[in-house]
Amino acid sequence: MLRARFLLPLAAFLVIAALIAVLGVGLTLDPRLVPSPLINKPAPAFTLPELEHPDKTFSKKDMLGKVWLLNVWASWCVSCREEHSTVLALSSSGVVPVIGLNYKDERADGINYLARLGNPYNVIAYDHDGRVGINFGVYGVPETYVIDKTGVIRYKCIGPVTPEIVRNKILPLVKELNGNA
Amino acid sequence: MLKLLALLLALFLAGSAIAKEAVPAAPDPALEKRAVALEKQLRCLVCQNETIADSRAELAMDLKKEIREKLKAGMSEEQIKQFLVARYGDFVLYKPPVMATTVPLWYGPFALLLAAVAGLFYYILRRRRSVAAQPLSEAEQARVRALLDSSEERP
Repeated sequence: MLRARFLLPLAAFLVIAALIAVLGVGLTLDPRLVPSPLINKPAPAFTLPELEHPDKTFSKKDMLGKVWLLNVWASWCVSCREEHSTVLALSSSGVVPVIGLNYKDERADGINYLARLGNPYNVIAYDHDGRVGINFGVYGVPETYVIDKTGVIRYKCIGPVTPEIVRNKILPLVKELNGNA
Repeated sequence: MLKLLALLLALFLAGSAIAKEAVPAAPDPALEKRAVALEKQLRCLVCQNETIADSRAELAMDLKKEIREKLKAGMSEEQIKQFLVARYGDFVLYKPPVMATTVPLWYGPFALLLAAVAGLFYYILRRRRSVAAQPLSEAEQARVRALLDSSEERP
């Protein structure tokens, strides 16, 4: 009897404390970061014209055997400017090829943007109607994918890439993927 | 005057041209109805508290177009949902499916209610027992009897 008298309030307290803890952690999470179901799944196949050379096409297959980054960007996207210098630095380090996906942009605007701010991309695929974006589950530009040698998505960064993300996530992952396969 | 009329006409045409762009392409009313019904069950990931049907975001517009084309191509509602879940995750569904991770979401409130009711019953039972556990003393019994007798005398 005595035990139940102490156990019951204790149990109630623990349940409420657990609930508050769960909700408290929930408050610190960003609801914009929706985990992608495509992680560890093959990246959707696509073939698109290149931004700067409409007569040439880029296909996902072109990158088979290489670890690469797919960076989704647009000239109208404000956060893309934020990450631009980071992407430039990463690409000029030559550690990993960076492929651009120019998403729902006008060709001239995209080209102008790169002429002004610098072009970090090895190749830029031009996704004018956003179809490839839908297949990749793009919902907020910029987004960056790390794709391994077999064409499988291994990491997705939603929002601007920061030097911290490059240092702590992208570079170690690229190193690991290059070493293993 | 003619110039003005031409200008007005041009403006009118331009306006309708812009308006047309926003209307998703489904002239078939039955198909349109199915598309809208489906869109009401899907979340717009840009403005997360809106359905695709309500949203004016670019992505929602594209998805509306995609949904209509897929319906026209003969895909079922379920297939389209699966197509979107495969790309955007379960979060696109406004009604989350019952899974291991969503069990607390679906049944947690009922579990809490049950626990609260159980706690209430336990409290009431214990109180009743603790009250019944104290029989009246001889003097109190006499007082009770006196009170009952006196109350009987009154009308």
